[in-house]
Amino acid sequence: MLRYIGKRILHLIPVLLGMTFIVFLIIRAIPGDPAQVILGQQANEEAIKALREKLGLDNPWYIQYFDYLKGLLTGDLGESLRTRQPITTEVWPYLAATIELAVFAMIIAIIIGMNAGIISAWFQNSWFDYIAMVIALIGVSMPIFWLGLMEQWTFSLELKWLPTSGREEVRDPVHAITHFYLIDTLINGRIDQFWVTIKHLILPGVALATIPMAIIARMTRSSMLEVLRSDYIRTARAKGQRMGKVIYKHALKNALIPIITIIGLQTGLLLGGAILTETIFSWPGIGRYIYEAIGYRDYTVIQSGILIVAFMFVMINLLVDVLYSAIDSRIKYN
Amino acid sequence: MKKSKLWSLGLFLLLALSVMLAACSSDEGTEEPTETNEETNEGATTDDTKESVPQTLVFGRGGDSVSLDPAIVTDGESFKVTENIFETLLNFGEQDTTINPGLAKTWEVSEDGLTYTFHLQEGVKFHDGTDFNADAVVKNVERWKGGAEEQFYYFHSMFKAEGEDIIAKVEAVDDLTVVFTLSRPQAPFLKNIAMSPFGIASPTAFESAGEAFGDNPVGTGPFVFGEWKRNDSITVKKNENYWQEGLPKLDTIIFRAIPDNSARLNALMTGEIDLADGINPSDATTVESNSDLQLIERPSMNVGYLGLTNTRAPFDNKLVRQAVNYAIDKQSIIDAFFQGRAEVAVNPMPSSIGGYNDGITGYEYDPEKAKALLAEAGYDGTEIELWAMPVPRPYMPDGQKVAEAIQKNLSDVGIPSKIVTYEWATYLEKAKNGEADAFLLGWTGDNGDADNFIYTLLDKDNIGSNNYAYYSNDQVHELLIAAQSEIDEEKRVELYKQAQEIIHDDAPWVPLAHSIPLLAGKKSVTGYLPHPTGSESLINVSME
Repeated sequence: MLRYIGKRILHLIPVLLGMTFIVFLIIRAIPGDPAQVILGQQANEEAIKALREKLGLDNPWYIQYFDYLKGLLTGDLGESLRTRQPITTEVWPYLAATIELAVFAMIIAIIIGMNAGIISAWFQNSWFDYIAMVIALIGVSMPIFWLGLMEQWTFSLELKWLPTSGREEVRDPVHAITHFYLIDTLINGRIDQFWVTIKHLILPGVALATIPMAIIARMTRSSMLEVLRSDYIRTARAKGQRMGKVIYKHALKNALIPIITIIGLQTGLLLGGAILTETIFSWPGIGRYIYEAIGYRDYTVIQSGILIVAFMFVMINLLVDVLYSAIDSRIKYN
Repeated sequence: MKKSKLWSLGLFLLLALSVMLAACSSDEGTEEPTETNEETNEGATTDDTKESVPQTLVFGRGGDSVSLDPAIVTDGESFKVTENIFETLLNFGEQDTTINPGLAKTWEVSEDGLTYTFHLQEGVKFHDGTDFNADAVVKNVERWKGGAEEQFYYFHSMFKAEGEDIIAKVEAVDDLTVVFTLSRPQAPFLKNIAMSPFGIASPTAFESAGEAFGDNPVGTGPFVFGEWKRNDSITVKKNENYWQEGLPKLDTIIFRAIPDNSARLNALMTGEIDLADGINPSDATTVESNSDLQLIERPSMNVGYLGLTNTRAPFDNKLVRQAVNYAIDKQSIIDAFFQGRAEVAVNPMPSSIGGYNDGITGYEYDPEKAKALLAEAGYDGTEIELWAMPVPRPYMPDGQKVAEAIQKNLSDVGIPSKIVTYEWATYLEKAKNGEADAFLLGWTGDNGDADNFIYTLLDKDNIGSNNYAYYSNDQVHELLIAAQSEIDEEKRVELYKQAQEIIHDDAPWVPLAHSIPLLAGKKSVTGYLPHPTGSESLINVSME
């Protein structure tokens, strides 16, 4: 097992190198002088020269690339051109906000999606199956923007159960330590704020969970259907085992591989930041951070933002691979 | 082993589900008590008033600030906050751009318009305890003068001309007297110095903080910087040692970024915010019919226009440009997409600005005349690109829809067009490079001076900057330059009137509308007067 993980990590190195190289190219691929582009037309010669030096643009490209890698390894992502803050410190609150929301959304998606898929498979062609799969189809095709506003209208304006937007009640702000507010409120001993944080998570969480939930439900259903048809399940059922036992003890494990793959991919996507959800629910996450950087032509932030998102995607995939072998010991690295 | 794993997974799922359910159900019961709780908590801090209304205002707006150092930023969302932390030597009127005392009590201007003497308020201190005095003003001006152009954009655009400093010298005569000596007369000098970017900052703070000053702003204003959660909220607290007795009235202001207009209105209706900027004209009736809310109009000081790039065919021909002016039905556009909350534009600036030429009557909607002019110009019917703004702006609530209406108007007179749009920064960049044929754009005035509209938007000096239409007319240029240094107000007005006549005839744009930007607030918000420039101090606002 450890050997397998070690090998997987070793194989990540070329992937990560390739990734950094592509990201490195982004800023160099701007036509013309990047320093000129960054500073705009009216910039004077001196400023351009100063920026060229700061970005090391006068060196040959391979030296620039090694400098860049060296920076990355020491945790230096450069400085935002717009706010003039080091990106490494600036990005964390955004990243934490996105991770908190994505994990929350994935928990909803997995619980509901998998169970709906399992029940649909077990009672194939029943009314539950039909309704669940129609809802899943609607879920996949739902425009997030519309869904978000409808959620706000229903649960905030009409029912007054949940807040419309943001991460916290701004009149009683959370004292941020880790920037995961669920953790911070507990550290601060503010159970009341913990609940408020959960309330703020529900609407964007559900909006964000809709698509993965639907995909997971459909994937679970088809994967379970295949397994449920196999001989050993028939035997188990013939023995008179209870449905729960058959599903959770025998069937699910063998059906899990494709489901986990999908969950991994979807989690990766959510961690990339969901600009629409973040916009409607004014969630200060990494998606909007990068999106706004594009608006301001903040190239260093765009570069680092993409790198971070890509890195998380790769890490999730690593995790999925590790889970494969944990679930099915036949899967070996070779 | 495996069984227990599954069990713990199931248990975890159950736990997560019950947490969610609990969160939902606990809501109904606790809604009311938490609200009152909050009130009593906050009420305790406002011991000077008998009422228990917490003096906290949550201001919802479209975006976050870039930096809280007013000298280096250009965006309105930054100034909205810095207006409350910093003060300028002079202030604008509450809802106009007249000149009023600020940190300077009184001031004198020399006969030749080259020397300005400011007498400063006494007993004013910066938030960090540094004394506000003549020396501090000098240090601020020297900081602006010494910086690079891309660092202090506004200072350069207002007080530098062809690389020359208009503020030649600034001296502290005594502790409370500062003298500015100009290298040439500048008519709007006092208005310029009253603009938000020229808020006076604590020299001790900016000298020690350097580039990080924007994260720890220190001014003399009614509110002290508290906390900044980027892309989320900025909190400022009452300045307990503020130099004006009894002010400010609020204890705390929280500026919250809620990018989507509809979501912002939703947040206002649930009470998560108290004041919402950027209300869609189409939502105005929703606000008006809600008994808990008030609709607030910001006095108009903007222009929305269709620029016609004067260097590109077919708009390099004056007759074609005039034809387009006749072809577009402005009133219908305003009725449909501004919900009537705008005035038809005739000149490049609104009528409230000094120097406005009311003798000019706009191009009326006359498709026949447009066709005749096009025929005379020999226009060959080639398709043009019509650029539509991708984002709502106060001067243009819905660029896409306005573009569609214009497209129809143009095709009625025989000009085929294709609607094009880009992401906002790209849009501006490309338009600035003169890549658009016809484009929607607009401008909100900075200081209520004609120079800030006509010279900024249509002088040949500003091609490649704010003169997106590439309009260049030497006669207009001479008039505008003369007006900049003309101190006699009447003569100056005359110069602007002449310039507007030439511009009207040259028709570099189709001026469309002067809109009235809308805000909405809870009924309990009192004393809020939005300023035409788009940013205002909330010193007199209170919650009732």
